[in-house]
Formats: sequence, structure tokens, C-alpha cells
Amino acid sequence: MKINVTVNGTAHEVEVEARTLLVHMIREILNLTGTHIGCDTSSCGACTILLNGKSVKSCTVLAVQANGKSITTIEGLATAEGLHPLQEGFKENHGLHCGFCTPGMILRASELLANNPNPTEEQIRWGISGNLCRCTGYNNIVKSIQYAAAKMRGDALPSTEPVFV
Amino acid sequence: MIAQPFQYEAPATLQDAIGLLQKYGDEAKILAGGHSLIPMMKLRFATPGYLIDINNIPGLSSIQEENGFIRIGALVREAEVEHSALLTGHYPIFADSTRLIADPQVRNMGTIGGNLAHGDAANDHPAVMLALRARVVATGPKGSRTIAIDDFFQGFYTTALEPEEILTEIQIPIPPGHTGSAYYKLERKVGDYAIAGVAVVLTLDGNLVKSIGIGLTNVNPVPMRASRSEEFLLGKPLTDENLAQAGKLAAEDCSPSTDLRGSEEYKRDMVAVVLRRMVKLAAERAK
Repeated sequence: MKINVTVNGTAHEVEVEARTLLVHMIREILNLTGTHIGCDTSSCGACTILLNGKSVKSCTVLAVQANGKSITTIEGLATAEGLHPLQEGFKENHGLHCGFCTPGMILRASELLANNPNPTEEQIRWGISGNLCRCTGYNNIVKSIQYAAAKMRGDALPSTEPVFV
Repeated sequence: MIAQPFQYEAPATLQDAIGLLQKYGDEAKILAGGHSLIPMMKLRFATPGYLIDINNIPGLSSIQEENGFIRIGALVREAEVEHSALLTGHYPIFADSTRLIADPQVRNMGTIGGNLAHGDAANDHPAVMLALRARVVATGPKGSRTIAIDDFFQGFYTTALEPEEILTEIQIPIPPGHTGSAYYKLERKVGDYAIAGVAVVLTLDGNLVKSIGIGLTNVNPVPMRASRSEEFLLGKPLTDENLAQAGKLAAEDCSPSTDLRGSEEYKRDMVAVVLRRMVKLAAERAK
């Protein structure tokens, strides 16, 4: 089947099988390998992308379901001016170690901040409850998102000293 | 994991979708949010020959108040239920239950209609709808019919929907004054199915129970109403003794199985504990 999708602002006409998963279309047809496949069972969140602005797990969406829609992947966040505030936040706050969960974490956090620009720590932790990280223990991920939220609101940036518990 | 090949259809009207169901019969499955169906297809537990995507059909995505009922379109996403002031204002049970369903990304896709039509006793909305005494609207070749929720769940993954029917709407009565509702499921981790879950909706007359609905999650092969607990509490005050007895009756009547989430005994105990807590919380909210 032929479908039309806009990915990171660029329109594509893509030939897929009905059973092709969205994550495979993104990685293997469009060669955007920043979106990762972790558990392949909608548990881990590594494959999270934005579909018409909503965060979804692309291992559990068929490519044909994205027909006519717009997709944002991690490759679509940085601009000519530099990193997205969430990317900067994760970089400055030790929000990643191995980096496997990071694209999904960042895309999920971007919808969270779009809906709630000033979330509490509790709201951030609930907000990323569908994304698993096996390295950081989450504390510095929460801090990275708080940093990005402050930056996006134009507030003073919080300390980037790592949190050790 | 890749599903077995199938033919994909995305009809633009309800009539076309029903026409496809008539044509393909039980070879076809309806695709709404897909977050139960697609995982089952990837594991090849489900191998439909035809997938009928109803997401392009207009008119199935609204939440409205009309003639004493809240009408919820089958394609309303769990995330929309979670944040609907109309639903959570009348019934806080929707805020309680929806935030415990899977995780935010899954709630962005999963629909309330699919949660019910899947007929899975491990899903959370069946118990909630039993407690609310909801009605389900099924639309087929002969038009629409309304099904009381007590007649809807008929067996393991089996509902009253005919092969040519689509669940199109859920109707919930607007509650009278002094009504409270609450839901909790005990779970091992965020997003897991319940070890045991209890949904309660009750109306108080002074300190006496005027009406009550109690639904149980994942402790029975079929979504279950705790009928004896309801009957026992009717007309009584919510003393600790009465709550304990209501919990005991539900623990006896349900039929959980021992699995990786706990033993049968433990689950029965948790039904009693969660039931007591949810009746108490619903009663506080009813005042």
C-alpha cells in the first residue's frame, strides 16, 4: 500500500505492507534510526514518537494508521539554532548513560511539557511512567526535564549538579 | 514481531464498515486504538484476515451530556477520558481508573470502546461500567440497539456483540445527588494488569446506602459484579463491620487464578481489602 506521511516536516510517499509496524517504516524505510526498538511489546517506550503531536509507541502502531498524519522523531527536534531544550537538558544533567531510552524519553517529555509547561516532580514521574531506563535510576532524567521546562518557560535554569541518592 | 499478513480497510462511514463486516464475517476484526489487538496479532494469538480501521469514521469521538445520560463515543481515547471535566466531574472514578490504565502513550491510542469490546476481565473499564450500570450501544446492519452492561460480557473474551456489529457508544446515567465513586487496582508496577481491582459507585441517603454498584477487575474469567456485596450493603450504614462483611462476600464469590501476580488466596484477600477501601472513599466523596 502507498501511504503519505510528513516526517519531521518533510512529506514522504511510502510503500508499506499493511502489517508493517510504524517503527520499522521509520527505521528501515526512512532510515531514521534514532527511534529505537526495545521490548517490541509496548512496555519500554524506546520507540516513542509523536503522531500528530501525541506521544505513541511506534512498535504498536501500524504504518498504515499514520497515513495522512505528521510524525516527529528525535531527528526532528534540533534546529539550525541548536539543540532542543530537552536535548540540552539531558546533555547537561547526565540524563543518559547508554542513551538507548533517551529518544523515547525526550519525545514523551516533549508532549508532557506541551500539555503542562510547569509540571511537579510527581507529574514528571507519572508522565514518563511508560518509559523504562535501566541506567540512570531516573533522578537525573527528572532533573533534565525540569531543566528543559525552566528553559522553555524562560525561567532561571536550575543547577546541573548531578543528583546522587 | 510481525503480524500474519492481512487486508487493511479504512472505511469513511459506519455503513461502509458494517458492510465490510457483513462481507468478511468473523475473518474481520475492528481496529480502534489497537493496543490490545496489535500486540495479539504480533504474537499471532490473533490472525484476522481483514482489519477494519474505524478511525476515519466521524462522530465516534465525542463526550456529551444528553437526556440524563453522558454519551461517550467508542473512539474516545483513554487520555481524553482522563482529562474530561464532564466525566471526572460527575464521576471521579474515571480519573481514578484511567490514570491506572497502562501508561500515557498507550492512553493516547487506546479507546474506551475497545477496552470494553475486547471483553477482557483484566481490563479496567469493564468493572467501572458494571459499577456505573452503563449501557452499550451496538450498531449493525439493522440499526442500533442498546445493551445493558450486565448482558454485555458473556464469557472469556466474549461479548454480546454480533459479528456484524460495532460498539459505537457508551451511555452512563447522570448521578443523583450524594453519589460518590472510586476505583483502585493493586498492581505490581505502573501499567500492569491488576492483581485485584475494585470499582464502586454508591448513592447515600443520610448515612444509609441508597444504591450501590461494585465491579471487580481481573479476579474472574468474565468481568464480574459483586452482587452479594451490593445486596448486603443496600439500606445499611457503612460501619466497619458491614464493610468487612461486604468484602468477605466478594472475596468468596470471585474466582481468581494463581499466577505470577499472586496466589488465589492472596487475590481473594486483596479483593476484600480494596473493596472496603473503595466503598469508604466513594462514601466520603458522596457527602
